[in-house]
Amino acid sequence: MKKWKSYPVNFRIGAVITGIMLLLIVVGFFYTPYNPTGMDNSAKLAAPSLRHIMGCDNFGRDIFSRVLKGMGNTFLIALATVAIGVVCGIIVGAFTGYYGGWLDEILMRVNDVVFAFPSILLALVFVSIFGTGKYNVVLALGIAFVPSFARIVRGEFIKYRDMDYVKSARLAGVSSLRIIFVHILPNTMTVLLSSIMIGFNNAVLAEAGMSYLGIGVQPPDASLGSMLSEAQTYLFSAPNYAVFPGLMIILMVLGFSLLADGIKER
Amino acid sequence: MEDLLLEIKDLNIEFHDHDVPERVVNGLNMKLKRGEILGIVGESGSGKSMTAMAIAGLLRRHDMKIGGEINFEGTEILHASRTEIRGFQGDDIGIIFQEPMTSLNPVKRIGWQVEESLRIHRPEMSKAQRYALAIDSLKSVELEEPEKTYKKYPHELSGGMRQRVMIASAMICEPKLLIADEPTTALDVTIQLQIVKLLQRLNREKNTSILFISHDLSLVKQLCAKILVMHDGRVVEAGDTLEIFTHPKEAYTKELIGAIPKVEKMKQL
Ligand SMILES: Nc1ncnc2c1ncn2[C@@H]1O[C@H](COP(=O)(O)OP(=O)(O)O)[C@@H](O)[C@H]1O
Ligand SMILES: [Mg+2]
Repeated sequence: MKKWKSYPVNFRIGAVITGIMLLLIVVGFFYTPYNPTGMDNSAKLAAPSLRHIMGCDNFGRDIFSRVLKGMGNTFLIALATVAIGVVCGIIVGAFTGYYGGWLDEILMRVNDVVFAFPSILLALVFVSIFGTGKYNVVLALGIAFVPSFARIVRGEFIKYRDMDYVKSARLAGVSSLRIIFVHILPNTMTVLLSSIMIGFNNAVLAEAGMSYLGIGVQPPDASLGSMLSEAQTYLFSAPNYAVFPGLMIILMVLGFSLLADGIKER
Repeated sequence: MEDLLLEIKDLNIEFHDHDVPERVVNGLNMKLKRGEILGIVGESGSGKSMTAMAIAGLLRRHDMKIGGEINFEGTEILHASRTEIRGFQGDDIGIIFQEPMTSLNPVKRIGWQVEESLRIHRPEMSKAQRYALAIDSLKSVELEEPEKTYKKYPHELSGGMRQRVMIASAMICEPKLLIADEPTTALDVTIQLQIVKLLQRLNREKNTSILFISHDLSLVKQLCAKILVMHDGRVVEAGDTLEIFTHPKEAYTKELIGAIPKVEKMKQL
């Protein structure tokens, strides 16, 4: 590990924010101060206080507990989305970039078509065909994310496929699969890592958007997006209801953006 | 016939990625015997690298037209499929390139890269055996502290050291033919001479044939008994190095020889 001081400032700030967020998420999996779905009639729309530090929602549920759970949900959905996008994107991008030719032509045209639609719209279409729910949202967003990753990976493979070290590996009889995944892929990691982080941010926002529209995480389960959606009726009477989930979304995205910037700078 | 390693007959390479087809190698013929060092000289753009790539089977075939024959130990390899030639390739042909910056994989350790062709061609070897052989190979290219170099990444080495690593990794399976495509062009003059001496020694000790490509005639003259002069994709003149240097037949060859700086010529006479 290099010295902490030698990293760029934005990387360090990003690391601290992301660290805190991850800590909250992990804590949220094992412990919440109140049952996140437990209702307390006497505490409906309670303002923040020592008992409920973020206040309570319209059912009297503790917002802090729901934020903890909701962050976990949002994080896992974003993670799974990016995982699908990255894995499929690497496979498509690596093969098209490395081989070129007609396979590349066809897949890239398909890619262009998919890419032409905003990923949220694509996911909406998908969900309207296959139904709502967490898993469908993950799948839908994941597929919608494939083209952008595929493009990045393809560009990298085109850059590396004619490098002399790849030529000597070919001459040495190394199989194409091994050249693609063992020789070239590790070289694309820096570029891939920062786009993974940007992708993760987009996934957080997309999940929030989908849940906000009521097609992601289903009540009484919570995600940051679904909480925002439920909070909008009480925007003026209980602003804390919307502010805290919103703040968490912002912090998550901000932390990752700073990290990604920092990685690019190095 | 027995000692003929490589024979190229009427090699043609044509690019078709522009409107007008571009012929970059035109009716090239050559022969290389076992243990021989043949120099290919010619200005840049004359088709030297393309010829080397064709022998190594590294041309991307879908945007070019290739004609002719390349026989390696009597087997035609120019039109053979990749799977057919993979078995003996890397075993039998090694290659080193001009640019020491891009000829090693920046994210892999030196040792891993030197061992790669062993993993492919000697799968029966144990990890310890591979390590021992890699260290031997690094020693044989006169790298000091091979054990340390083994663990390093390419960016930690100088250009000359990287080129030695390249040679070690190309020679580890003891190929019959080593293709060296301008291996010294990017290096300092003193390092150039060291690399040439190293190639000379490896050729003597292992009887490896070497195809030495360069646009530096004075280096070629030191290393190669035979040369082949290329211009615009054609062979202008081929034969004994001494013969060609003293009695060049073609105007182009005379021009090339005339272009060697005077001081160097005096030094070599
Ligand atoms: N992809 C390509 N399309 C068209 N022409 C090419 C391509 N690659 C190389 N060439 C041409 O092939 C010729 C021979 O190149 P090369 O063998 O690299 O020359 P040398 O190694 O002797 O300097 C050059 O004129 C170059 O412009
Ligand atoms: Mg060249």
